[in-house]
Amino acid sequence: MTFTQFLPALFGGILIGTAATLLLWLNGRLAGISGILWRSFFAKPGDALWRVLFLIGVVTGAALYYGLFDDAPVAREHFPAWLLIVSGLLVGYGTSLGNGCTSGHGVCGLGRLSLRSLVATVIFLSVAITTTFVVRHVFGVL
Amino acid sequence: MKRNIASGIAGMVFGFGLALAGMTHTEKVLGFLDVAGAWDASLLFVLGGAVGVTLVTFRFVLKLHKPLLAEQFVITKDMQIDRPLIIGAAMFGVGWGISGYCPGPAVALIASPNWELWAFLPAAIVGGVAEKYFAFHRTPLPEIKQDEAIVENASESSCG
Repeated sequence: MTFTQFLPALFGGILIGTAATLLLWLNGRLAGISGILWRSFFAKPGDALWRVLFLIGVVTGAALYYGLFDDAPVAREHFPAWLLIVSGLLVGYGTSLGNGCTSGHGVCGLGRLSLRSLVATVIFLSVAITTTFVVRHVFGVL
Repeated sequence: MKRNIASGIAGMVFGFGLALAGMTHTEKVLGFLDVAGAWDASLLFVLGGAVGVTLVTFRFVLKLHKPLLAEQFVITKDMQIDRPLIIGAAMFGVGWGISGYCPGPAVALIASPNWELWAFLPAAIVGGVAEKYFAFHRTPLPEIKQDEAIVENASESSCG
């Protein structure tokens, strides 16, 4: 692989970091998607709209990219639906219990040198790598 | 009003970045997590690019007296490495490693939904909302633990 193949990943990452910077600098909020999403269901009046607009923004931004570059993801044909449901429950429950996901702990937490977030990031990355190995190479689910 | 517009714009940049970075393509995400397969290093560049920016900008932003459009920074003071953090991160890791979806990309994918999203996202919302619901009922008072606690000064946030 040549370096240019990684340019979209790098620029995408820079945009994610820029968005997190904007939200913190302008609104004083951390761009952790899981927290913004789960808490939007319990938000007090006045604390809900910015969450909803941020999430709508995420969808709109992605729509813009898919429209411009015709690069929308295609679903796996034979991936079991029940595994997606189990995965969703774990991702939802786990990110709520651990107070953060890839964006909250990864991008924002590491950016502000939080030890909590560093520990969380190391744990979810290593557990995810192990899980992917088991799912793909032990059970052969692709 | 300005705050809500700012939030929407930040979300748009975030969503465009997620899609451009390939984070909504599970084959790229799992290609990175699958170190025993044909390893795809892309995610390293995504995380590197994002954290590279926040490491620099957050230093300056958190030195400000207050955000541009709001009264205060809403950042946790929590510095403890506790059981919920460890167990939660581990559960998330299992879920992420199974499907290749984490919350951000799942939300972004609403822009181009396929059947996988309709299995994953509602389950994730049920899981996340259920945990928050239990948490609020377990501990009635210090109800919001993490990202709602307010940091009085920036020095605390830089190590929290």
